[in-house]
Amino acid sequence: MSEPSARAQFKNVDPPFWVAWNQALASIRVRFFRQLITSVGIALGIAFYASMQTLRIAESSLTKDDTKMQWLVATSLLMCLVGVTNSMLMSVSERFREIGTIKCLGASDSFIVRVFFLEATILGATGSFAGATLGVGLSWIAARASGADVAFADCLGITLGATVIGMVMTVLAAVAPAIQAAKMPAAAALRVEV
Amino acid sequence: MENSREANTQDVVVRTVDVAKQYGEGEAAVRALNGVTCEIYGGEYLSIMGPSGSGKSTLFNMIGGLDKPSEGSVFVNSVDIAELTARELAFLRCHTIGYIFQTFNLITVRTALENVTLPMLFAGTPPDEAEERGMELLDLVGLGHRYHHRPTELSGGQQQRVAIARSLANHPRIILADEPTGNLDLKTGQEIIDLLRLLNRDQNVTIISATHDHKMLDVSDRIFHIRDGKLAKIETKEEAIASGHAAA
Ligand SMILES: Nc1ncnc2c1ncn2[C@@H]1O[C@H](COP(=O)(O)OP(=O)(O)OP(=O)(O)O)[C@@H](O)[C@H]1O
Ligand SMILES: [Mg+2]
Repeated sequence: MSEPSARAQFKNVDPPFWVAWNQALASIRVRFFRQLITSVGIALGIAFYASMQTLRIAESSLTKDDTKMQWLVATSLLMCLVGVTNSMLMSVSERFREIGTIKCLGASDSFIVRVFFLEATILGATGSFAGATLGVGLSWIAARASGADVAFADCLGITLGATVIGMVMTVLAAVAPAIQAAKMPAAAALRVEV
Repeated sequence: MENSREANTQDVVVRTVDVAKQYGEGEAAVRALNGVTCEIYGGEYLSIMGPSGSGKSTLFNMIGGLDKPSEGSVFVNSVDIAELTARELAFLRCHTIGYIFQTFNLITVRTALENVTLPMLFAGTPPDEAEERGMELLDLVGLGHRYHHRPTELSGGQQQRVAIARSLANHPRIILADEPTGNLDLKTGQEIIDLLRLLNRDQNVTIISATHDHKMLDVSDRIFHIRDGKLAKIETKEEAIASGHAAA
């Protein structure tokens, strides 16, 4: 019954990049406080990890034995992972309905995922960088106070590493549920009440 | 006018064949639709009536390509939508169907104008053209002066008007409305109904509306009565008036 000729014209192209970018920016601007809280959650997790990492370096400069500190760093990384994932999952699942609506307007699945990717990249980058700087800074002061020394290069390395780790975590934790939501039938996404 | 409506009767925009929808499995299974076969004609104003839980919204989701039937098929413009890929479905939703919901469902972070232009951007319309048409549509629904307001700054009736403007963005053949007046007071609801009727007449867009609202019946060309997931009765306007349902 359905002729291929009728389907052939169903050529859906994605809108230009700035459409997704504007949507992501609008979402951050309008939900500023909600997004700020998410971002602070990310920052605190990363700050914890970054400070543990800095203290480990400080400690190893004194005792040469940092197995205990390595355990602490690993634990802090795990806690940070749980914290970031939790913040992002919450903030994405609040928006299933919005995802369903955008699908009704004709958005492709990849457009929806792109919007969440951009938002998470912005939130993840700012939150992680702020957290990493804070964590490294505070631990450095503490280390100096107790007579240990941490090289500037180490501080810089830890800050960058923690920022990247935080960004990757944030993006994965946002994009995974966004992909799931984009793939579900629009009716199911619209039904989700939060 | 009457003649063109007569001619439209031959033009089927939506056809469902034995559509059934089951939610859940085994003991907990709910059969929300149970074999619905119907034809909907281009340019008509169709109301779907039925008690709560009878399957109106489920049928709405099937016709609109928002969900897939468990059994049977749905044809929109004689294309079986079960055969479409995700991308082709997105195209169908973008170009062929406009959606209106009881809860308005505007994008809360964008302004009224941005809500109306978004579907046009998805359709590849250049931004300045989209904005121009967006303003025309907002003027058409009487909200041109509120274009830069976000949905939270608008009343329910105003939000529904924006939703109507948005549903018209890409010149759809069909507008699907699920209880569009359900969250509005009597007077505002009547205004929304009048607006839908006007669009139906002037733009020849097919309106399919699930409703509890008896005011809606006065303007409908046909009425589908749904009971327990089945199409119990199809009434034309004349029959409805004769049986006293739609007496003004
Ligand atoms: N996602 C779902 N999962 C399970 N059951 C569902 C789901 N959606 C609908 N149902 C069930 O299917 C039946 C029909 O629901 P539907 O929403 O289509 O009714 P309706 O006619 O639109 O009712 P109302 O007038 O209250 O909106 C109901 O019994 C409902 O509980
Ligand atoms: Mg319903």
